[in-house]
Amino acid sequence: MYAPGVNSSTTLSSSSSYNNDRPPSAEAVEVATDPASGGFFNSDYKKHDDLKQMLDSNKDNLKLEAMKRIIGMVAKGREASDLFPAVVKNVVSKNIEVKKLVYVYLVRYAEEQQDLALLSISTFQRALKDPNQLIRASALRVLSSIRVTMIVPIVMLAIKDAAADMSPYVRKTAAHAIPKLYSLDQDQKEELIQVLEKLLYDKTTLVVGSAVMAFEEVCPERIDLIHKNFRKLCSLLVDVDEWGQVVIINMLTRYARSQFTDPNLQDVDEDEESKRPFYEDENEVDEEQQEKRAPTLDPDHRLLLRSAKPLLQSRNAAVVLSVAQLYHHTAPRSEVHQVAKAMIRLLRSHREVQDIVLTSIAATATRRKVMFEPFLKSFFVRSSDATHIKLLKLEILTSLATESSVGIILRELQTYVAAHDPPFVAAAIQAIGRCASNIKEVTDTCLNGLVSLLSNKDQAVVAESVVVIKKLLQTQPSAHREIIIQMAKLVDSVTVPQARASILWLLGEYSERVPKIAPDVLRKMAKTFTSEEDIVKLQVMTLAVKLCLTNPKQTKLLCQYVLQLAKYDQNYDLRDRARFLRHIIFPADAESGGPTRLSKQAKKIFLAPKPAPVPESHFKDREQFQLGSLSHYINTKANGYQELPPFPLEAPDPKARDVETEPQVMEQAPLFTAKKVSSKKDSKFYSDTESPDESEEDENSSDEDDDDDEEEEDSSSDKDEEEDDNEDEESSGLEEKLPKKVVKSNAKPKSDEEEEEDESDEDDSSSESVSDSDSEDESSEPSSVPKKQTRNAKPAKESTPVVKPKSNLDLLLDLDDVSPAFTPIMTPSLGGFLTPMSTPSSQVKTQLFPDIQPASAVISPNTTSELLNKINSSGLEIKYRFTRSPHLYSPSMASAELTFHNHGPDELTDIRVGEKPTSGGVSIHDFAPIPSLSPGSSLMGTIGVDFADSTQPVNFEIKIGSDRTYPVALKVPVGEVIRAVTMSEELFLKQQGGLRGMNENTAKLSLTKPCSDLKSLTNKILTVANLGVIPNSDSSTLRFAAQTLSSKSTVLVSLLSSDNQNLTITVNCEKMVIGSMLITQLKACLAD
Amino acid sequence: MIHSLFIINPSGDVFMEKHWKSVISRSVCDYFFDHQRKASSPEDIPPVIATPHHYLISVYRSSMFFVAVCTTEVAPLFVVEFLHRVVDTFEDYFSECTESIIKEHYVVVYELLDEMLDNGFPLATESNILKELIKPPNILRTIANTVTGKSNVSSTLPSGQLSNIPWRRTGVKYTNNEAYFDMIEEVDAIIDKSGSTVCAEIQGYIDCCIKLSGMPDLSLSFVNPRLFDDVSFHPCVRFKRWESERVLSFIPPDGNFRLMSYHIGSQSIVAIPVYVRHSLCLRESGSGGRLDITLGPKQTLGRTIENVVLEIPMPKSVLNCGLVTNQGKYTFDPVSKLLVWEVGRIDVTKLPNIRGTVTNCHFSALYF
Repeated sequence: MYAPGVNSSTTLSSSSSYNNDRPPSAEAVEVATDPASGGFFNSDYKKHDDLKQMLDSNKDNLKLEAMKRIIGMVAKGREASDLFPAVVKNVVSKNIEVKKLVYVYLVRYAEEQQDLALLSISTFQRALKDPNQLIRASALRVLSSIRVTMIVPIVMLAIKDAAADMSPYVRKTAAHAIPKLYSLDQDQKEELIQVLEKLLYDKTTLVVGSAVMAFEEVCPERIDLIHKNFRKLCSLLVDVDEWGQVVIINMLTRYARSQFTDPNLQDVDEDEESKRPFYEDENEVDEEQQEKRAPTLDPDHRLLLRSAKPLLQSRNAAVVLSVAQLYHHTAPRSEVHQVAKAMIRLLRSHREVQDIVLTSIAATATRRKVMFEPFLKSFFVRSSDATHIKLLKLEILTSLATESSVGIILRELQTYVAAHDPPFVAAAIQAIGRCASNIKEVTDTCLNGLVSLLSNKDQAVVAESVVVIKKLLQTQPSAHREIIIQMAKLVDSVTVPQARASILWLLGEYSERVPKIAPDVLRKMAKTFTSEEDIVKLQVMTLAVKLCLTNPKQTKLLCQYVLQLAKYDQNYDLRDRARFLRHIIFPADAESGGPTRLSKQAKKIFLAPKPAPVPESHFKDREQFQLGSLSHYINTKANGYQELPPFPLEAPDPKARDVETEPQVMEQAPLFTAKKVSSKKDSKFYSDTESPDESEEDENSSDEDDDDDEEEEDSSSDKDEEEDDNEDEESSGLEEKLPKKVVKSNAKPKSDEEEEEDESDEDDSSSESVSDSDSEDESSEPSSVPKKQTRNAKPAKESTPVVKPKSNLDLLLDLDDVSPAFTPIMTPSLGGFLTPMSTPSSQVKTQLFPDIQPASAVISPNTTSELLNKINSSGLEIKYRFTRSPHLYSPSMASAELTFHNHGPDELTDIRVGEKPTSGGVSIHDFAPIPSLSPGSSLMGTIGVDFADSTQPVNFEIKIGSDRTYPVALKVPVGEVIRAVTMSEELFLKQQGGLRGMNENTAKLSLTKPCSDLKSLTNKILTVANLGVIPNSDSSTLRFAAQTLSSKSTVLVSLLSSDNQNLTITVNCEKMVIGSMLITQLKACLAD
Repeated sequence: MIHSLFIINPSGDVFMEKHWKSVISRSVCDYFFDHQRKASSPEDIPPVIATPHHYLISVYRSSMFFVAVCTTEVAPLFVVEFLHRVVDTFEDYFSECTESIIKEHYVVVYELLDEMLDNGFPLATESNILKELIKPPNILRTIANTVTGKSNVSSTLPSGQLSNIPWRRTGVKYTNNEAYFDMIEEVDAIIDKSGSTVCAEIQGYIDCCIKLSGMPDLSLSFVNPRLFDDVSFHPCVRFKRWESERVLSFIPPDGNFRLMSYHIGSQSIVAIPVYVRHSLCLRESGSGGRLDITLGPKQTLGRTIENVVLEIPMPKSVLNCGLVTNQGKYTFDPVSKLLVWEVGRIDVTKLPNIRGTVTNCHFSALYF
């Protein structure tokens, strides 16, 4: 088709682009039309030659051009592997886009060109050590994507390194690399599992989703790895990215099925439930049931259900459905219906989503009718739906039909019969049939309706009705003579074979009711036998045989004739059938002469009463598969499908989930029941709730939403008393606990509930992580906190004055109960940041650990730095010095002393802070504006800066007068973002024990001149960093402690010297960046 | 998870393919084509097709098929949702997603696909992050890149990827800080022959265009939040604030996004703003049928109704329509059998009406 001319023009244009840059869009169009894969071998070869030349050139834009065209070929699925050597050279290119495209190419073809691919490995190995985390991550990504078995050990090593990387992004990439390596070499499994175990322990939301994904791909059977992470996964769930959520929930469903007992064991059985009227007293019943049931549910099981529930409001349909399946498979029966509403919402999404959700609903509806009954109308078919959606909706409608709703459904079905979509009409008629046979009350009505359809103009409608009526008559063989007669008449007009066959079968079966008509029909059919479809022919034979048995006088000859015709039919099934029938009916043909034993029984064989077909849903047998899984959708076991285990009869030891170093602030059953009531109250009067309380996500809230207002009013008044009681209880308990608990003093909470817990080995280091999260949250935007607080407190004041004084404490308490200690990172959506609940805790933060006392700095460094140069600013010089004293405005701010000096000739007026940074949690508290500064004079000011635990310079503006603005950057040494604290030696060691692994940095150092006493180094160290000295007994060790300003993460420094020359410095800090920077700085200061 | 992706145009050409694991031959699409042939319309192709060794999960958007190939068990909705996200991202990048646009920007498309999935598992799907990794093309940048030799690929890691608010890019700066909110409500109703409502429900969306500097924290409160009993949120919304105070509190992504969508179910009473009175008879005497439709306002609460468009999918037998309108104009597409009447504004004093004859092929066939 393409003339060689076209090819030459391609070459031309490529060479023109060789000489000169053309706009890429034009190039793209050209590539789109170029016949690279055309049959002209020669020019094809030439063209690649040209590309090679471009790749070999030393101009980046030529290389880029060439790479773009090559990627275009790859994208279109054309062969480009012969360019491999030319491309792979460019892996070292400096141009990042060229590099990226080379990576893409490399991943695609490395498998085919293994030897050449090895050339590129060293580049990646180098990049793995790059200081930029993006480069490290992308190197690992590409390296692990190269499917060459020879590099397995290299990748293994890289994964191990990356799994311990400081950057969570790199660790995430490591998690992604694990399944890649596993698919490349299954022998690495054990080693990979070890890495995976480490990654599963990660607390960063970024990492856990990918880690669980890797877990599912590599070792889904190692459920024991999950135990220790279960609670953490539950609490992080809301903040993991959407895709991770799906994977985690699916995995946890399996986990729950293997670790918890069946919540429905002592429950009312399904039938009873479906009989229970849905609307009537639902609340009471629920409450009762829950009250009854709550103690039987494992607290961890409850935790899982509760943490998953908010995700029903995700925008991602996959997340919603996975929560739905979690509830379907593991929740107590009374709670499952909460997911229905969210599933219905998904029906407004894309067609494909609808299809999959409807399939899930159809399967669920066969077992849990009650759940979807209130949403019946959502399944009404719209004319704009695709056919398969319509069919699924019909399926659901018929499954949901009950005596009360069948009227509406039948009316709808009637309308559907008039639609223009043949398969849909057929299904609608079948649905009528199913309703008729399932619900006895409407059988007659349906039958009449179907019979009236027999006179429909549309052939297909008539045919389908015949088939359905046939089935229905079978279930009710009572006198329906007229219908049979009417159908017999249809034989003349109906042409659809299925329908003809059905009529014939009916006539044969009930021939004694229409003794005159049946033989006549047989006569007609015998006439047209040869032109009928096979299925009809078979039924003609059946009819003939049956009549021959009941009415041999009239039909014996006809029967013989039909069998004779069938004997010479083209279809072997028919011939077989004919021979078989003949030997039973007319044994005289055989040699024996007399009637055989079979023929004597012929009547019993052919006219035996036949059981009526039971119309069933196609979705009935899908229960064996996990809802929403691929296997469930296609109803066969897909590759790699993990069976849902049945609930164990005896739950495995729940202690397996206890995490030693973490505090177990956990819910207990009694606490639950109490909270349930209060949560009820909350969701009712959300206007005056005192706190965003996670318990609202409790099972009741959605019921409540369904109720109308009146009902609520009523019930609320009932509940007031209850509430009050509860309040009293809670508050009395509170008052005692307050001082300790609010501050999370962590000296083992003495409340009853918690004492009951079997795991009480909370230690200080771990509870500190709780506080970390709080303060981190709060620090991100401290300025808006007070406002929110007041807003919250106000309504509470108006409505429930009794509770008011404690409102904040309530908050805290709930927080304690609800989000256990595993939310150490950030929980923006669950409340994180500046949600009011985290506010109060910050005020009391300093008392957080009775054993950890803030200490005043021993040394205040004298080093000053320049903030604003006098030359830049026409005379104003500003210097700053960190004073190491807490700033008055907020304890998380470092205060810096500013010295203003006017070197200029003019008086400077109105010196103040201009624009301030707003991002990343960094905030500044201004120095008091200086109204005027006369030439040659100096003034002091104090500025408070919250660095949000980073050492990034803070940029802001200094304004002078009305028109002069100077951008400045306040740099902070790492030693100043921490604050000295003291603690006992044991506490220090304990804390240190909790901050091992990635949180620990160690360095070795030998001093230039040996020092006799380690203590002499103290001053040196204290100048560099704001650390508190920990008294210790051992003279060969020095210990220091501090907390980061914003998040109050503990920083522990210890110096160990074996002799007087060699030192080992260890820094333990949860903030790995701070830790590593601090150690570098300490090393530098001790070295000189 | 997702092994490969094939993008197929309406005429059945695979015009782009991308493999995240080893290469799967495009012949696997033959199974898809088989189903395509069987289906009467592209809408009717099942979203999941099981073949002996692979599972094909497809979505149909902008008259293209996006067919993902999986080899092992995976939640089908996961893949479907991801494919839709891919298309959304393309639309976000190129303002529309058509075959020619994808072909024009194949390098960007390819890079996007590469960033979005790693080894078949989603890596970065937030548009704010992707836009920092790969700059969306625009004319100005295309020219600038050609001149300066710069590229569309950013060399720095988007810090959003690392922060606790992955949906927002950092360092956003605007001279005019502005935020726009669109409220879109769709009423879906089934109305029976006699004109009474069988069921009606509302699907509403709040779409935002936020152009604010820094890290803004917004709250949005409603006069009557009780109406929203069934909502879904963008990940940026704090669930807990909503649960407790019915206030939407969020740190928005930069640019356009859908903040929330809500559904007011069939249990509530929904006011339908217009009514349609129709008399349609397809098989009347002679050459065809008769059609007469009048529109009128209903429950409008005193507001005028504008931009009314009426679409009527006609049965396949209809050949053509000869209609007269007293307002607006109509078009009939004989291929898709869709009658579209653009009414415009409804004037209460003179109700819009369309009437005329419909040519029906049953009868014209008889005359041959």
